[in-house]
Amino acid sequence: MLDWMNWTQPVAIFFVVIACILVAMSVWELASPCSERRGFLPIATTRGDRLFIGLLCAAYIHLAFLGLSEISLWVALAVSVAWLLILLRWG
Amino acid sequence: MRKVPDNRAWWLVLPVLLLVAFSALVPLMTVVNYSVQDIFGPGNAYYVGTEWFRDVLRDERLQASLLRQFGFSAAVLAIEIPLGIGIALMMPKGGIRASLCLILLAIPLLIPWNVVGTIWQIFARGDIGLFGWGLNQLGFNYNYTGDPVDAWLTVLLMDVWHWTPLVALLCYSGLRAIPEAFYQAAEIDRASRWAVFRYIQLPRLKNVLVIAVLLRFMDSFMIYTEPFVLTGGGPGSSTTFLSQTLTTMAVGQFDLGRAAAFSLVYFLIVLLVSWLFFTAITHMDKER
Repeated sequence: MLDWMNWTQPVAIFFVVIACILVAMSVWELASPCSERRGFLPIATTRGDRLFIGLLCAAYIHLAFLGLSEISLWVALAVSVAWLLILLRWG
Repeated sequence: MRKVPDNRAWWLVLPVLLLVAFSALVPLMTVVNYSVQDIFGPGNAYYVGTEWFRDVLRDERLQASLLRQFGFSAAVLAIEIPLGIGIALMMPKGGIRASLCLILLAIPLLIPWNVVGTIWQIFARGDIGLFGWGLNQLGFNYNYTGDPVDAWLTVLLMDVWHWTPLVALLCYSGLRAIPEAFYQAAEIDRASRWAVFRYIQLPRLKNVLVIAVLLRFMDSFMIYTEPFVLTGGGPGSSTTFLSQTLTTMAVGQFDLGRAAAFSLVYFLIVLLVSWLFFTAITHMDKER
């Protein structure tokens, strides 16, 4: 199946993970709907907003690691996940 | 009690989502997929991981192009927004003169982008163009095909000519929405012209200005056609902006993997800026 349009495994995993996050967030939202609140971010956000901010930050963190250092991207991934969790909990 | 919005209306968005999936999401996923491969032809692609991203982020030519792009967008905003406000303030408030002004202002907006490029290419020529010839007759050594500064100024001037009317029209509509009572109150208080602008007109223009800044930033950040027609990115690479660098890479050199990585970086910048503007607009509405 991956031969179609030259799909590669890492990219497939990447999108499956994103899709899973979106599905999980939707289920979570249905199970216990969230309302806007104000955390350490300067604006009031919903859970979905914080996820978006976290994912956008993750992209920039990875780019920064790639462009500015030789450190393994697994470190960038760990930093991104930690930051995403912090954002979701306290953001 | 905390209020929870009813989200069932989102199901109505489903058809659009499907459409967007095929017109935007799948192509975007394809770009992500291409960005991790070195592609020589159909069935001849090699997985290279994040090699292209590293390459693109450290490419001095691209960094220069990015800086140029930000410089251009900043210059466009710094000139067009104040100028647009100024023009809107000077326009007549109503009657046939207002209609005439609106039509005159709208003309540049109706011209196709490649025609705008062609108009200015001829207009700015030193031998047959009125603008270039005039400048040279006045003693300026003006040559937009040879001098980077002249080329820059010409592209900037062209963009100002093309898009300031949009800002002016937006501001004009914002100004017309201010009730006459505000001005009467200001007159009773003997407010100066500046005070009227600072405390009545400018705050009321805030919303249209945010939209104008967003539109002008996005458009100038993605500018391609006009400089391509006018200067072709030259002299040297002095007016080669991001989208032109990208097109050269993707279509000219057929360097798909590298171009894909570059477009993703480009996309992320646009995404971040749009999100910041979007948040600013929605946040302003909530505060009120």
